[in-house]
Formats: sequence, structure tokens, C-alpha cells
Amino acid sequence: MKSSKSKSLKEKLSLIVLILLFNFILLFSIAIAQEELIVPKDTIPPASPTNVGAFDTPNDRGRSITITWEKSKDDGTGANDVKGYEILRATEADGEYELIGSSASGAQKFTDNNVTDGKEYFYKINVTDGINYSLSFPSLPAMSKAQWFNLSRLNIFVFVVVLSFAILYFINRAKAGKKLYIRKIAGLEAVDDAVGRATEMGRKIFYIPGISDMDNMQTIAGVTILGRVAKVAAEYEARLEVPVSRSMVMVTCREVMKGAYTDAGRPDAFNEDLVYYLTDDQFGYAAAVDGLFVREKPAAIFLQGQFYAESLILAETGNSVGAIQIAGTAAPAQIPFFIAACDYTLIGEELFAASAYLSKDPKLLGSLKGQDVGKFIFLAAIVIGAILLSLGVYDISPLFSAG
Amino acid sequence: MHLTPDIGIWIGGLLTLGIFSFLYGDNPYYKFCEALFIGVSAGHWFVTLFWTVFVAKMIRNVEIGLNTFITQGFSAGMADYMHWSYIFGGILGFLMLLRLFPKIGWISRWSLAFVVGTTSGYYFITYLVSNGLRQIQRTILPLYVHGDFYTTIGNLIIIVGTFCGLTYFFFSKEHKGTFGGLARLGIWFLMITFGASFGYTVMSRMSLLIGRMDYIFGTWLGMLG
Repeated sequence: MKSSKSKSLKEKLSLIVLILLFNFILLFSIAIAQEELIVPKDTIPPASPTNVGAFDTPNDRGRSITITWEKSKDDGTGANDVKGYEILRATEADGEYELIGSSASGAQKFTDNNVTDGKEYFYKINVTDGINYSLSFPSLPAMSKAQWFNLSRLNIFVFVVVLSFAILYFINRAKAGKKLYIRKIAGLEAVDDAVGRATEMGRKIFYIPGISDMDNMQTIAGVTILGRVAKVAAEYEARLEVPVSRSMVMVTCREVMKGAYTDAGRPDAFNEDLVYYLTDDQFGYAAAVDGLFVREKPAAIFLQGQFYAESLILAETGNSVGAIQIAGTAAPAQIPFFIAACDYTLIGEELFAASAYLSKDPKLLGSLKGQDVGKFIFLAAIVIGAILLSLGVYDISPLFSAG
Repeated sequence: MHLTPDIGIWIGGLLTLGIFSFLYGDNPYYKFCEALFIGVSAGHWFVTLFWTVFVAKMIRNVEIGLNTFITQGFSAGMADYMHWSYIFGGILGFLMLLRLFPKIGWISRWSLAFVVGTTSGYYFITYLVSNGLRQIQRTILPLYVHGDFYTTIGNLIIIVGTFCGLTYFFFSKEHKGTFGGLARLGIWFLMITFGASFGYTVMSRMSLLIGRMDYIFGTWLGMLG
């Protein structure tokens, strides 16, 4: 009985000792772990950026200073703990600097676009690792000013001069009586036929100069072609109507048609109401023109100018009423629809060449020939450039950079 | 099916059906919708242009400068307030209105001449850069890329396609012989491009149609979802 009691006591004491030992080990482990987890606070700032420079941003219209610096030695190397750079600005070297922007680590350049021309500015760069900051010495003073010439676009100037010279040269040759060849453009050959067909059938001709305003080259080209179509229509005594979607286009078309009817010796046949405004709205205009097509059943339809999503709506309706359709646009997304739904389509630059083709005006023909010289230069550049690049001799593509 | 009580959606739905009725043929329903569309849109555009162009650009930009001129007379600081270019635009716009007076209506041609002339000059540079220089820059590619068959083929297609496409747009030389062959190849390249563009645009038009169907059957008639 006694031995049983002492055994139970021993077991209890052993259990208490074990629990104490376990607690001791646990507390000791926690203490060690805490000792290891404590990270000493970073008190060492990153190395300051050096060689801070500021200068007027070149080839601009002023109000801009570019700041450059050499990276901190702890940015990408050393402690490699740089988080970013802060750009500070003052109007005096030892004046009060204000924060004007920041850059990520690795940056070595910043453009300050909020300066006044003719005023001196000083810059400092503040590098940070998230905790500590290190300031650079100030830059030398910098002052912004506008430049007369953007020298990074010198290549464009050279091309403009060369092209202009070529165009003027061929215009002079054409004026001097030199006959300039121009290849056939099928769509334009069909103008007389289309107008003649309308005359024979006693039906109207509709001319749609696109839905853009007079600040679009395609509209200008379309209105120029209208002059020729109107002249033929006046000669054939066919009724030509021009519904438009822009007031400026309406005024211009009226002027052009008036001139064309006068040239054809039929000023009496011109009526300003032949050119009329519908609406500026794209699909409102498309709905109105569609209505005109199905009610008037024109014999010929000209779609010449800038078109957007309404192109197929117009061309398909024109096709459905059996009209002969001559379309022309330089909008790449709309050309496929015209090709699919019209009898003839002027593709891209053919639209711009049309006025020269139709009028045979020496000035326009000379201009067309001059443009071909430009295309020849471009073709030569592609061939020579590709060969030189393939051989690893020289890359001439930067010469064609737009600055 | 849950018809919406919103009167605006009912009007939109009925007008949509009216425009769709054109597929059947010209009819009074379509004519009504068309006339309504043209009238409303023309009026809407007039008001929009009046407030966004005439008032917002012309009046607002000029009034501060004019007020300064009236209250302080001509001063050096006026340049900061006076937007002279808008006054110039206003004068050109006024000249256009002279068409209302037949005897001096010819003066409106000055405005037209200014717009056409500046547009031509402006686009001479922008077209040269976008259609000329950038095109050439991106076409100058190596004819052979060692170890990369697909890039080599891609480069060749771009170079040959651009070269032949440009050849097609020569107007002062007859398209016959080798030159004609290159031009014909160029038009093939163009047609393949147009075909791809056609398919792409048709798909986007289908999404527009789906949008209208969703409006009719979902928003209006409440038959979807």
C-alpha cells in the first residue's frame, strides 16, 4: 500500500518536472527565434546621385528643361536598395527646393515641363531606399527657351524640298508643252459612260462627296472630281444632285458646280438647290441618302471622298437600284466594301490622281509626275536599305525617322 | 417576357423596327423614321456645334481679352488673355455669312480658299510622314534572319508587298512588261489585304446587329434573361 502511494507521488513529480522542462525549452526557443527575427533598422542612406545636370530641352517650343544624373552607387549595385529618385527644384542654388516629380530606381533623366522661359532653375536629386534619403549637389542653372527649328525633323525638311523641287520641275515642263504620260484609270474612264447612261435613261445622277468636312484631303479630292462630273453632266444635260453632310462642303460644291456649268456653257442650267444639306449625323445622312436612292432610282452614283461605316449601306443600296456606281476613297477599311458593291473603285491614291487625270491640267499632271519621283526614291530606299541591313553594312532606317 | 414601361425605350424600339423595315423595301413607316432621324439629328448638330464651337471656342476665348481691352485699353498683358487666332477664325466664319448677300457673296470664297489651302499644306507634311517616311522606315528589314524562318518569310512578304503595292500607284509609267507584272502582284497584295479587312469589318458589324437585337428582345421586350 505504501509503495503504491510513493509510486504515484513519483509519477506526479516526474510529470511536473517534464512540464517545467517543456515550458523552459519552449520559452528558450521563442527567445532565440525572436533574437533571430529582429532586423536591425537600416540607418545607412544610399549613395547620392552624382553629376546632376540640367539643360534646355532641345528641339521644342520652350517651357521645358531636361534634368540628367548618374545613378546612385546603390542602384543596381552596392547595397542595391534604391527605391526611387525625387526631383527638387529651386530658383536659387541655395534657395528652398520644392519637390516637382519622382522617378523609379534606374532612372537617369527627368523632363520638367512646368517652367517659365527665360528664368533660371536649379535642380537637386534626392535618392531614397524607402527609409533614408541622400541629396545630390545642385545642378548648374538651366533656362528654357523655344527653338526656331526642330533639327530632329531635318530629314522631313529635306524630303519636302526634294519633292517640292521635283513637282515644280515637272509642272514647268508640262507648262512648257512637254507631254506627260498618265496611265489609264478604269474608274475615271467610265465617268462619261455613266453620265451618258443617265442622260439616255432620263434619270438622275447622285454625287456623294463623303461625310467629312473641307479639312479632309479626301473631301477636297472628291469635290475636285465633282467639277469634272458636273461639267460632263452640264454638257449632256443630265440632272446631277449632290446631297451633303457638311455646310462647308455644300458651299464649296455649289461654287465648283457653278464653275463647271459655266465652263460647259450652261450657266443657266445650274441651280443652287442641286447641292443640298441633309444632316451632319453619319447614319442620319446614310438613311437620307438611301431613301433618295430608292425613290429616285438614279442611273449613276458617284461616291468620292472620305467614308466610314456608312460606305456599304450607301453602296449596297445604290447597287440594289441598278445604278452604275463609281466609288473612290483612301480609307483602307472602306475600300473593300466599295470593291464588293460598286462597278469601279478608285483605290487610295487613285482618288487624288483623279483630278489630274480628268482635267489633264499641266499643273496637276506635273504634280503627279513629281509625286512619282518621290515614290521612286522610296522604292530605291526600301531596296538599298534592306540589302545593306541584310549584309550588316549599315542601317539607313533612322534616316526616315519622323523625329 | 416583361415589357418595359419606359416610354423612351418604346420609342427607340419602334424607331429601330422602322429603320429595319427598309430591308423589306421603301415604305411610309421607314419614311417617317428617316425624316424624324434627319430632322432631329440636324437640329441636334446645330445646337451641339453652336455650344461646342461658336460659344465654347469663339466667345469664351475672346470675351476675356475683349473685356480687358475695354476696361484697361491696349496693354502688354493683354497677350495673355487675347486669343487672336479665334478672332481670325471668327472673321473667316463671318465672311461665309456674306453669301446671304449676292452682291458681296464672292468674299466668302476667301474663307473656302483659306480652309482648302491650309488643309492641303498641312496634309502634305502629315501624309509624307505617315504614309511615306514611317512606311519606309518599317519596311527596311533584313532579307534573311539567321535561324528564324518565320521572321525571314514575314520580312520578305512585307518588303515585296510594299514594293509591289507602291509600284501599282505609279501613274506616269505604263503598267506593262516587268513593271506591269510587279504592279499586278501589288494589286494582289492589296486585294488580299482588303479581303482580310472586309471579314474583320463584317464581324464588327455583326456585333452592332447583336447590340440592336439585344435592345429589341432584351431591353425593350424583356425576352432575354
